[in-house]
Amino acid sequence: MRFAFTDEQEQFRTSVRRFLRDRSPMTEVRRLMTTPKGYDPTVWQQLGQELGLAGLQVPVQFGGQGFGFGELGIALEEMGRALLCAPFFASAVFATEALLNGATESEQHALLPQIASGERIATLAWAEHDGRWETSSITLSATETRDGFVLNGTKNFVIDGHIADCIIVAGRIINSFGDDGVALFVVDAPCSGLERRLLETIDTTRKQAELTFNQVPARRLGHAGSGAAALRRTADHAAVALSCEMVGGARVLLENAVEYAGLRMQFGRPVGSFQAIKHKCADLLLDVELANAAACCAAAAIAEADPEVPALAALAKACASEAYLRAATEAIQIHGGIGFTWDQDTHLWFKRAQSSAVMLGDASYHREKYLQYVEAAV
Amino acid sequence: MTELTEQVVREDVRHWLAANWDPERSLVEWRNQLADTGWGMPHWPQAWLGRGLPVALLPAIEAEFEAIGAVGVARIGIRLLAAATLLEHGSDGHKARFLRRILTGEDTWCQLFSEPGSGSDLAGATTRADFDGVRWVVNGQKLWTTSAHHSQWGLLLARTDWDLPKHAGMSYFIIDMTQPGIEVQPLRQMNGYASFNQVFFSDAAVPPENLVGKVGDGWKIAMTTLAHERRGADALRRWGRVSDRQGHIYDEERQEIETVMEPYRWYAQRAGRVDLVLPRAHETGRLADPTVRQEISRLLMLSRCAEWLAHRARHAKELGRPEGPEGSLGKLAASNVARAAANVHRRVSGASAMLAGTDGPHDGLIAEILLSVPATSIAGGTDEIQRNIIAERVLDMPKEPRLDTGPFRDVPRNPPRAR
Ligand SMILES: Cc1cc2nc3c(=O)[nH]c(=O)nc-3n(C[C@H](O)[C@H](O)[C@H](O)COP(=O)(O)OP(=O)(O)OC[C@H]3O[C@@H](n4cnc5c(N)ncnc54)[C@H](O)[C@@H]3O)c2cc1C
Repeated sequence: MRFAFTDEQEQFRTSVRRFLRDRSPMTEVRRLMTTPKGYDPTVWQQLGQELGLAGLQVPVQFGGQGFGFGELGIALEEMGRALLCAPFFASAVFATEALLNGATESEQHALLPQIASGERIATLAWAEHDGRWETSSITLSATETRDGFVLNGTKNFVIDGHIADCIIVAGRIINSFGDDGVALFVVDAPCSGLERRLLETIDTTRKQAELTFNQVPARRLGHAGSGAAALRRTADHAAVALSCEMVGGARVLLENAVEYAGLRMQFGRPVGSFQAIKHKCADLLLDVELANAAACCAAAAIAEADPEVPALAALAKACASEAYLRAATEAIQIHGGIGFTWDQDTHLWFKRAQSSAVMLGDASYHREKYLQYVEAAV
Repeated sequence: MTELTEQVVREDVRHWLAANWDPERSLVEWRNQLADTGWGMPHWPQAWLGRGLPVALLPAIEAEFEAIGAVGVARIGIRLLAAATLLEHGSDGHKARFLRRILTGEDTWCQLFSEPGSGSDLAGATTRADFDGVRWVVNGQKLWTTSAHHSQWGLLLARTDWDLPKHAGMSYFIIDMTQPGIEVQPLRQMNGYASFNQVFFSDAAVPPENLVGKVGDGWKIAMTTLAHERRGADALRRWGRVSDRQGHIYDEERQEIETVMEPYRWYAQRAGRVDLVLPRAHETGRLADPTVRQEISRLLMLSRCAEWLAHRARHAKELGRPEGPEGSLGKLAASNVARAAANVHRRVSGASAMLAGTDGPHDGLIAEILLSVPATSIAGGTDEIQRNIIAERVLDMPKEPRLDTGPFRDVPRNPPRAR
């Protein structure tokens, strides 16, 4: 259903929200964001095993729940609201989608069940120092050996790369050119030759790492020549998932700002009764609703295997990036001085908004991409 | 489930059209048949010229009409707001008398809400209606009344009690626009058209049965009319397109567009003509400029999201979820789309954006877009009013302090304008 959620979906949202309210309150977010690991293994385990969230969109035969992308979008929206500190996006979205789109059935049988249950944490290492999630930017080299491949090179911006124990790597068969030489590999971490460095990020609720590969043994995934297309599909799906998460963050920022403006008194009246504030909030709501419509439609399109998915993914990500940034910027403004303090929570979402806005490509990048799809369609 | 019904309805309508559609028939006769069978307004109740089908199926039905070029009922303009208002608040007598001739296009309607002294503040209307024992007698002036010069009937908001607070003292009437007590003077707009008018009432008469609802219900009923107007903001972009097909019925339809529908000729331009942006950019070679590409893409995205938002609102209504003032979000989105589109058209046209008429690009169409878009953020309630509604009614933010409570007689207001 593209334009409304079913009652079951609404119930699902309620249960995820309740879980996150209990297990991931802001005090926990603040505690976990200062730990190097960045997540609570107990909560992660409950999330995976009790709620089955880690394998939501994974087919049942691979140990998942067999839901559609719509449900995944709902879960992500709620996680974006709660600023959940957990390797969900890295493992249950980015790496899982890479496997769903790029691995053979037997590889999926071997790898997905443990990821879908949350026992293993996976991630996808794609971007390098140029910070582009494109197949043409992949330079990490893969050299075939007697029993597999060895990888050499560096990956950057790897989400939760410092803790993942299953790393899917986008590499290039050595001395190859173009998309044909792009392939996916899997590396079990830790292992010799793999160096992992936790990066200092403005958003500390989502960790990133730099991974250096020096003769790291790896297995290749999928059929020869299928890597690039699989990565592109993965990027589209991840962009939609991230958009859903961003919409959740933008919406809670607006709700908090509206609530604060209703309480804070100046000039003998709540600041929320001033039109300058009200109109800002009305505009933000419109932004959030538009971005929400885009993200939901794109998620439904994935669930329906609509050929327009790549275009809709670009649209959703561009809209979500701008809506979230604007909501974050204005939410601080509406709070006044207290909004600029460390103790007030708004800046935590602001930082997530800044970081998510550029992750997987910023709004301008996706606008250009969208226009190319539109041009190709006419 | 929905898919199944859609399939069935599509087949139903296709069969029916195959058996009945004939482009050589007379327009009114055809539309009467649409009214009789309910295919003209399939989402209306079965008792009132509809088929009681879900709104969500309308696009599919419309697509079937379009596929063979079948003409629909008269659906453009204020007449539809009149129909929606009467369906919701009118008596059976009103519905029996007015709905059919709205659909056939025989009657044109106008909305007599805004006045010289009260636009955004509709509840400050001072046009009065006094009951003389036999009929209501109307005196005063309305302003910006679109298509009043073509109308048989008007939706009139008038004050019937000056001692009650402003919102409580108003009533809603259906007024005969062809009577001698009403004078209509067209007003020229900045885009050169004269679609709206000023309307003067001197002892104009309304029979008691043409009161809608009860005395004092005026505000509530006017809000229904406005809600439909705002919700329809998204549909604006399709208005005023002329078919170039051959056949008697198309000649009559074109004739209708040239005459009573003339006020709406520029309405598609007022919505920004997003559909023209890409072809224009191709034409002018501006599509190669990456900054222009960014603006175009931003506009196309905004416009697409706005369509989805409208869809979602309709869907929520379908599912019986609370409707709320979501129409204001859609209306605000439509203003943003229109403005963004005008900006892109200007950029894409370069220096020729300065030219109008036959010297201007597309025979002046681009100039018409630039000069019509400003209406979008004013007509049907300004953007500022929509933001107030969204903030206070959707986000539940605190109300502003008011100076206009208490008996309307004592509320500060604009001095009467000399005629
Ligand atoms: C093309 C067109 C067609 C129209 N057709 C019709 C019609 O058929 N029938 C009809 O009845 N009317 C019609 N109108 C009138 C339209 O509804 C009014 O123009 C509109 O509601 C604004 O009222 P106003 O012109 O009196 O402006 P005002 O109300 O005087 O507003 C002036 C400015 O003040 C702002 N403002 C006013 N109140 C507030 C507030 N509370 N908070 C913040 N800002 C505020 C407004 O946003 C605006 O910017 C039409 C208008 C146009 C442009």
